[in-house]
Amino acid sequence: MAFEFELPPAPTENIKVDLGEADIVRRSASTVPQPARKLTEVAKLIDVSKCIGCKACQVACLEWNDKTERIGFNYGVYDDPVDLTPESFTVMRFTEWINPESQNLEWLIRKDGCMHCEDPGCLKACPAPGAIVQYSNGIVDFDHDKCIGCGYCIKGCPFDIPRISQVDHKAYKCTLCSDRVAVGQGPACARSCPTHAIVFGTKDEMKQHAAERIKDLQSRGFKNAGLYDPPGVGGTHVMYVLQHADKPEIYARLPKDPKISPIVNLWKGLTKYAGLAAIAAFPVIGLLHYLVSGPNKVEPKDEEDAKRLTGSR
Amino acid sequence: MAAYDVETGDAVHPGDPVVVDRYTAGARVNHWITATCLVLLAISGLALFTPSLFFLTALFGGGQWTRTIHPWLGVVLFFSFFLLFVRFWKANLWRSEDGSWLAHLRDVLTNQEEKLPEVGKYNAGQKVVFWSMSILIIVLICTGIVIWDQYFYPLTSIEQKRWAILVHSVAAVAIICVWIVHVYAAIWVRGTIGAMTRGQVTGGWAWRHHRKWLRELVTGRAENRPTGAKHSG
Repeated sequence: MAFEFELPPAPTENIKVDLGEADIVRRSASTVPQPARKLTEVAKLIDVSKCIGCKACQVACLEWNDKTERIGFNYGVYDDPVDLTPESFTVMRFTEWINPESQNLEWLIRKDGCMHCEDPGCLKACPAPGAIVQYSNGIVDFDHDKCIGCGYCIKGCPFDIPRISQVDHKAYKCTLCSDRVAVGQGPACARSCPTHAIVFGTKDEMKQHAAERIKDLQSRGFKNAGLYDPPGVGGTHVMYVLQHADKPEIYARLPKDPKISPIVNLWKGLTKYAGLAAIAAFPVIGLLHYLVSGPNKVEPKDEEDAKRLTGSR
Repeated sequence: MAAYDVETGDAVHPGDPVVVDRYTAGARVNHWITATCLVLLAISGLALFTPSLFFLTALFGGGQWTRTIHPWLGVVLFFSFFLLFVRFWKANLWRSEDGSWLAHLRDVLTNQEEKLPEVGKYNAGQKVVFWSMSILIIVLICTGIVIWDQYFYPLTSIEQKRWAILVHSVAAVAIICVWIVHVYAAIWVRGTIGAMTRGQVTGGWAWRHHRKWLRELVTGRAENRPTGAKHSG
């Protein structure tokens, strides 16, 4: 069955919110009981070959999330803002790339933003219980009431996505419009995309749709066209169709094999357990030593010797 | 003999018992400011280090406040410890007797003082604590600044921040362990805590644990008495 681009119209009555606490499969710095039901995994598919760089998605994102980007600075490039900010959860990254085989100038426009990893590094690094959650449909969301603004999520993220607001000192990123998805809608960016470069559906549907697009691209000479769904982070719930999937780094440094940094794993793994064990062991060793050797007391003879030395008698 | 271990304010008062001035009021205030910061830093740091201790953030007014206060406490500790360092570094220089003292660690731990070499104001164990603290505090302030995102975020890459936070947590664990040794030694070796509360120890304590220092104080005092001038050299 071919993929339907159009999502159902927004509900206006009998709105049923079908995504909540009970669907959380992972919760930062805490554990959750296994949910009773498993939601179908969703995904956003961004077809870079279809993107015209209009930035409608950026506008829709600001609009839906009720954010206002500051008046920026013109750096002489199309990227605006030049990087993700606590307000702009998504930005178009423009790359002018000369294909060494065809000598064609290719304008690669990648919509950057949270990839909604199946194995989220941000969630792993977060020290605040419940500040980052993952739902069974794959959406990774921040709970700002619980965020403490430490920036550990930035260190955990393999894609350099979260940004800390200097206004309220909390971390912000794309929510995959979890509030829209909860009522059966797709993300605002997908809704706004005039070329259907951004589409949203179940992860299976998106993979099928991507396969058709890749076949089309390959038939038109892009022999390395492929899907970006990196296995190093367990796959992502935001995927790209890339004309040159063998070289993701040409798309504004999209990582080739992203995974949670081994430094982060060491910090959140061995260091934590060995560190706590050491901190617990030292007082125990002290107590045992005290029980065996007893206190080291100054004896009357020591005081006498001191008096003799100082000529006190 | 050069009075390398005698610091400003150290003095011996003959009597029954003999009383020895070990720390000036300034040194004690300096020490306790540092100590308070270290304890608060350990508590707030552990709260952010492991989810099982996150509840400790409540002591600081919640997670946001803990995240805000922790680095500032670190700054206060750094400067406070720096003053302690200036006061104490000279008496903590490694001396020939320190090696043989360490070689007798078994006798140290079994309270057999009589088998140990005479030591100055600090024994080798105290010196190890002093230098460990000094090095770890430098490591902690440097890595701490790298991960102090509110003010220093643009100065380093994310990869550098990852390394910084790993090193910061390992150094923090180490300094907490050193601190436990420091506190335990003060409790185990009776008569020590008075040095940092009232500033004084008994002559017997000084004779038993820091005989070389006591001898120097007595000799220095005797030598200085006629002129009142400080012994130099």
